Amino acid sequence: MRLKANISRFLNGAKALAAVAAFAVLTASGPAHALIEIDITQGQVEPMPIALPSFTAEGGDAKVAQEMTSVIAADLKRSGLFNPLDPASFIQQNLGVNTTPRFGDWRVINTQALLTGTVVAQPDGRLRAEFRLWDVFASEQLLGQQFFTTPENWRRLAHIIADAVYERLTGEKGYFDTRIVYVDETGPKDKRVKRLAIMDQDGANVRYLTRGDDLVLTPRFSPTSQEITYMSYDGADPSVYLLNIETGQREIVGNFPGMTFAPRFSPSGQQVVMSLQQGSNANIFLMDLRTRNTTRLTNSAAIDTSPSYAPDGSKVVFESDRGGHQQIYVMNSDGSNVQRISFGPGRYSTPVWSPRGDLIAFTKQHQGRFMIGVMKPDGKGERILTEGYHNEGPAWAPNGRVLVFFRDTPGANGGPQVWTVDLTGHNEQRLSTPAFASDPSWSPLID
Amino acid sequence: MVLVANFIRGLKALAVLGTVLLVAACAQTGPEGLNAAGQGNATPGSGQDFIVNVGDRVFFEEDQSTLNSQAQGVLNLQAQWLNRYSQYTITVEGHADERGTRQYNIALGARRAQSARDYLVSLGVSASRIKTISYGKERPVAVCNDNSCWSQNRRAVTVLNNATN
Repeated sequence: MRLKANISRFLNGAKALAAVAAFAVLTASGPAHALIEIDITQGQVEPMPIALPSFTAEGGDAKVAQEMTSVIAADLKRSGLFNPLDPASFIQQNLGVNTTPRFGDWRVINTQALLTGTVVAQPDGRLRAEFRLWDVFASEQLLGQQFFTTPENWRRLAHIIADAVYERLTGEKGYFDTRIVYVDETGPKDKRVKRLAIMDQDGANVRYLTRGDDLVLTPRFSPTSQEITYMSYDGADPSVYLLNIETGQREIVGNFPGMTFAPRFSPSGQQVVMSLQQGSNANIFLMDLRTRNTTRLTNSAAIDTSPSYAPDGSKVVFESDRGGHQQIYVMNSDGSNVQRISFGPGRYSTPVWSPRGDLIAFTKQHQGRFMIGVMKPDGKGERILTEGYHNEGPAWAPNGRVLVFFRDTPGANGGPQVWTVDLTGHNEQRLSTPAFASDPSWSPLID
Repeated sequence: MVLVANFIRGLKALAVLGTVLLVAACAQTGPEGLNAAGQGNATPGSGQDFIVNVGDRVFFEEDQSTLNSQAQGVLNLQAQWLNRYSQYTITVEGHADERGTRQYNIALGARRAQSARDYLVSLGVSASRIKTISYGKERPVAVCNDNSCWSQNRRAVTVLNNATN
């Protein structure tokens, strides 16, 4: 029921996706402890072999059942933690959700996990998807659930099932039923048109939220609602705006005397923290979205920008050139007790606190190279995850395990593209977008 | 109705953008060509006169907003011209090259615009005539991959708001 309620909120009242109910356990033994699991605390893990025979269809669309299976397999493969096996190697065929697998047939091909499913067309036009996750070597069911949805929502259902598999086998929340907001870039480099765009985390269902009339930058997801905050050059001064992505309703955030930029929500979603340009200096301000009160957090003869809250709301990390060049600082959320935390060679910028609270991701510039890295909130344990000509603007997946960022390529025909990398620095992958893409920001997990 | 209003505002924005890009395109010959004393056929006091005979932009070192002597020379000419043709209001646009991060570059561009603005004010141009804006690294005029282009992009451009030509 909790999932049902949250999904309804996500769809803003749409009745598209309804109940999830625990599916009847087929075997007598309960799946209290998975016999198989992935240790994802290691840097480079050996991906777990998993078999995903195409979901069967009962009275419904066999193509949808097949495509759902492909989406689940692609999610799991992309995580770097799973190795979906080639269906050509499968011995047992047409394995639906109501058949107990012949486990021997699956052990022979060396899979550890097996996902079976069936999509059933309901009399009311909805789809019912049932799945079971099996431990092949223990001959045991690990998980069994069913979901209902409208046919056009089948991709979301596939992501929800992939999240369930991920969570059962890794012990951590998944991040597949999520979206990424970013800036779509078209046109030549000196006449770029930028639009806000949103897509599923696997790149599907791209939708444009602005038309490109005004320059837009740095969209950030609300942790609690279907809103984003971003910077737009509409209006007299470039300013921070709020946009409801369901209704399209838009408003300016605050009434500041000058340019505001670099916005980000507080963990409650009730405040936006941002920079205000004041002459040659930029300072960090907080605006409460309910009371409309504004609070100044920094007051320096410097550029203070890119603020990002700790997930518990107690601290804010930001970048400042108060020491001469861009470095990363942490302060209490009332602006007190400012501490510099970056001390390595080069410039550090765009800090963003992990949703787990244990790490801060950043952009680092050194000797003409641009890197993405992480460090602990006290500045210790710096690790560079990727480096090259230009990598910028990391953002966290909601489970704090994967980072999304953009990578620019040089020259007149160059442009940014969105990439992901594990916090271990492994499993770097490009996320396919219709055009150049920058400033990605991950939505929270819908659960 | 809201959509229509937005659309019209969008068209206006595009028109303004078009003007800026046109100016930028004229300037792609580089810093030397820009400030060369070309008399041309520009009407004295026209927008063309300002761009061709005065020079509409100054350039900055990497991650700097201080005005070197060359930049001060251009701004001296701008101030003289603006003090003579007092019908104009201006927008000083600050820009950064692409070799920095987005948010910082927005603030750096603002710093550069402020630097040029303050200098013009010190030479008698009324502060009430000057607006500043920063485009960060979002509006390069030169797109090659070395300092010959990046140095053209680290700039503050003085745009006449109500020039007829």
